[in-house]
Amino acid sequence: MRLIIAIIRPEKLGETLEALYRAEVRGLTVSGVQGHGGELERVETYRGTTVKMGLQDKVRLEIGVSEPFVDVTVRAILDAARTGEVGDGKIFVLPVERVYRIRTGEADESAVTPQPVELDDLLG
Amino acid sequence: MPTPVPPISGADTAWMMASTALVLLMTPALGFFYGGLVRGKNVLNTLMMSFAALGVVGVLWALLGYSLAFAPGGPLVGGLDFALLRGVGLEGGPWGAIPQLLFMAYQGSFAIITAALISGAVVERMRFGPYLGFIAAWSLLVYAPVAHWVWGHGWLADLGALDFAGGTVVHVNAGAAAVVAALVVGTRKDYGRQALLPHDATYVLLGAGLLWFGWFGFNAGSALAANASAALAFVNTLLAPAATLVVWMALDGLRLRKVTAVGGATGIVVGLVAITPAAGFVGPTAALALGAVAAVPSYFAIAYRSRTRLDDSLDVFSAHGLGGIVGALGTGVLASAAWGGADGLLFGNAAQLGKQAVAVLAAGGYSAVATVAILRAIALVAPLRRMGREEGIGLDVVQHGEEAYARGEGAVLVPPDALLPMREVATGPLTLGAAEVA
Repeated sequence: MRLIIAIIRPEKLGETLEALYRAEVRGLTVSGVQGHGGELERVETYRGTTVKMGLQDKVRLEIGVSEPFVDVTVRAILDAARTGEVGDGKIFVLPVERVYRIRTGEADESAVTPQPVELDDLLG
Repeated sequence: MPTPVPPISGADTAWMMASTALVLLMTPALGFFYGGLVRGKNVLNTLMMSFAALGVVGVLWALLGYSLAFAPGGPLVGGLDFALLRGVGLEGGPWGAIPQLLFMAYQGSFAIITAALISGAVVERMRFGPYLGFIAAWSLLVYAPVAHWVWGHGWLADLGALDFAGGTVVHVNAGAAAVVAALVVGTRKDYGRQALLPHDATYVLLGAGLLWFGWFGFNAGSALAANASAALAFVNTLLAPAATLVVWMALDGLRLRKVTAVGGATGIVVGLVAITPAAGFVGPTAALALGAVAAVPSYFAIAYRSRTRLDDSLDVFSAHGLGGIVGALGTGVLASAAWGGADGLLFGNAAQLGKQAVAVLAAGGYSAVATVAILRAIALVAPLRRMGREEGIGLDVVQHGEEAYARGEGAVLVPPDALLPMREVATGPLTLGAAEVA
């Protein structure tokens, strides 16, 4: 199993989620973060106070996947989140010691294997 | 023929000053109503589209727009007698027992909000500069003539069309402009592909509440006096939106099994729009009926519109255009000479409904055609919208260099001289002078 961590532009989140969905990657965590990726600093002015915004808003995706899904996940993010300009973000692929699915107690590969989503689950 | 100049009435003047301030508040209120409906990265730009109209349209109204609307002229447009406010003084006149200058200011607050209404159709992608050019031109070339037709003794007034406070002049006019503006500017990048949700529904409710408050000046002030007609318009402005709100909540409940807050706020605005042309011409029970009926077409138009390729983003046409049409035609049905104005269809005067329809078609048709022409002309000089990545970042940062909800984390203070290399030149002699003093 691998844990894939991707830092991307917030405005690319929608396209990235769509690409991941098409790649049949199910189950991920999204959080808003701030960071700096070497891009030009944005200048903002508030009533005469001018500041350089050193940190940009980014979105962090965390996705636990089984081995066969590592490459498709990375490729989906690379394609969907790229603009070609500095600040597009990074993808980290990390080894994972153990994974558990809390609902069933399943461990490791079976815990990150995509399960078909039941309509009833979505509608609660 | 010289008309006798009425003396100034203290009561009328007091009410019209209060009304002008009330209507002026509606434009910031509209900004918050619209601002809550857009995504957080565009809220400042959306607010500024309304606030900027206070400046741009306000100035142009005084310089030229008021004259084009209300100076003596032909059936289609007023003359230039009042340009630069020449001869607009403190006397009463055909506008009532209030100073003409106050009448000018009151009407100016209408011109401002009408232009700002259109912004809801082009938010989240139109560039700010071309937008300013558009509302400037539109207020002079579209709003002023249409106001002249109805209120400035133009051809619709001669025809006998009834519009108490601006159902056709303000709402049908802005609604028609909104549809074509949305088509000319084009859809938002993510429209139809991603959910584009209101970022703060509380602003939407706050804006709707303040709009209702200001609308008492809009409708009851349109009596241009503190009299019984104003009181009727005032009460109708209370009752009609209440009925629309109740029906809107019922429709939500039937269709979604839940009553939504954004829907309720929208219902209030639709009810206010619908009662606007009828406010001083219909009785209170008719106002309740008009408000209730007005909910239905707007409700289903909003539900349907978002499934089409027409990105009238904040449903200006569904709320203001359709609400204005229902109100204008409803005036032709429900108006009663016993309350003011003329009799409508229900009181045996079917011709009034025809006159109302002519007014709607004329205002909407002219507004649509002229809006296309203005936008196409501006597009020859400057692109109308931000494309691709800049739209993705959001117009607050790209257009204004500000964020609405800036946390300030990671912000580095820039010393003023780092931004202004010219300052070195300026400080040269200053230092020399200080040294000389020492």
